[in-house]
Amino acid sequence: MTAPTPLQLRCCAASGCRSAGADALQAALHAARDQLGGAAEGVTIKLVGCLRLCGRGPLVALDRPKGASELYADLSAEQAPALLAAATGLGQGDALAKQRLDPAHPFFALQQAVVLEGCGVVNPESIDDAIAHGSYAQLKRVLAECTPEQVREQVKRSGLRGRGGAGYPTGLKWDTVALQPPGPRTVVCNADEGDPGAFMDRSVLESDPHRLIEGMAIAAFAVGAEQGYVYVRAEYPLAIERLRLALKQARAKGLLGAGIAGISFNLRLEVRVGAGAYVCGEETALLASIQGQRGTPRPRPPFPAHT
Amino acid sequence: MVMASPQPSPQAPLPAQAVERTSRLIRQQRGRADALIEVLHQVQELYGYLPAAALAQVARELKLPLSRVHGVASFYHLFRLEAPTAHRCAVCLGTACFVKGGGELVARLERRLGLRLDDAAGNGSWALEHVSCLGACGQAPVLVVDGQLEPRLPIDDPAALEARLDALGLGGAAP
Repeated sequence: MTAPTPLQLRCCAASGCRSAGADALQAALHAARDQLGGAAEGVTIKLVGCLRLCGRGPLVALDRPKGASELYADLSAEQAPALLAAATGLGQGDALAKQRLDPAHPFFALQQAVVLEGCGVVNPESIDDAIAHGSYAQLKRVLAECTPEQVREQVKRSGLRGRGGAGYPTGLKWDTVALQPPGPRTVVCNADEGDPGAFMDRSVLESDPHRLIEGMAIAAFAVGAEQGYVYVRAEYPLAIERLRLALKQARAKGLLGAGIAGISFNLRLEVRVGAGAYVCGEETALLASIQGQRGTPRPRPPFPAHT
Repeated sequence: MVMASPQPSPQAPLPAQAVERTSRLIRQQRGRADALIEVLHQVQELYGYLPAAALAQVARELKLPLSRVHGVASFYHLFRLEAPTAHRCAVCLGTACFVKGGGELVARLERRLGLRLDDAAGNGSWALEHVSCLGACGQAPVLVVDGQLEPRLPIDDPAALEARLDALGLGGAAP
């Protein structure tokens, strides 16, 4: 984040823009850059996650070392040279003026990204880029400086709540699990997002998967869990692919597995893919599905946090 | 209308190579019963559907009752228990696509292809199924034709729509 912004084109490579032809656009950009050479060689082409306005994809953001970023919509592969011209400032006229989006539009101006802070900025397929943008820094700090009790205390004081709708305080939930009698514990992430038009889970998985892995690792440390599952619906193939890649990269860097960050903290994270059952988003059904059974909900209590 | 190649009868033995491959992927999961759904996904990738004999093999090698394996396979929508047709088309009927004319798209495709929605047998070479949101709501209405997503079908322009469906090989225009 401290590094100066290079001259770069951030190409949205999330599901929304991919379905509108983002892959062809990105390939055309690479080809056009090779062909143009010269000043165009100085333009970095970066694959990023969702740039928000999916209905007008494919989207590309243009960053300059100085000045505000610009966002272009409804692009086609044929417009790759025009985009590079806009980046280098060469070329005649302003061919893409009509496709430039207004960042002051309420759609953008009223958004404040918290969970999706890195979404559209970080390359979701590169752990090095994620680390450069701050991923895993908190995990390392937590493992080096805190006991699990201190982590839970901090989360409680932060006022963090669940994002599932009920808004259950996260710290209390972690306490409930941590204070159960000794025994194996498991952290489960519910990414079985099935409501129409709801894509927040997918955005995190496709755009900034390392943030999710880091959060799960901190949760596992705080409650004393050594295994975890991410349950993703099978309708999100790109999210599954990126999450699997991110897990592999994190294992290779020693951020998952045995003896994480040089201390005796172990965590095995696995992806479990759903099979097209909407009801599996319900927690008891989801837990049944992770265990390879039919996803039928059961009455609570006992709550999963107690069992 | 071209007929698809005759489908294997349910009693036909499975190819030895696929049986061996199934055993191998069950071993990769260390024979854990909780990996059942994962195994079924991979077996379906192998055959294109879940043949009865393959379910029996999975049950045997994961040491589970066949009823349990069949129960799981029939519970989840993405598992197919019948052989798929040569070509498949999925039409999204999620909220956004439905509002944008997904229902009309279904009626038109049923007419063009001479089949019924969600009939696994289809017309012999094509089957039409519905899905409930592919996450491309901004591009509604969408189709998936043999795995390829087709965004923004022009429902309001019948001539353009017919031309687009013709180009996709989805049957002929209604007489």
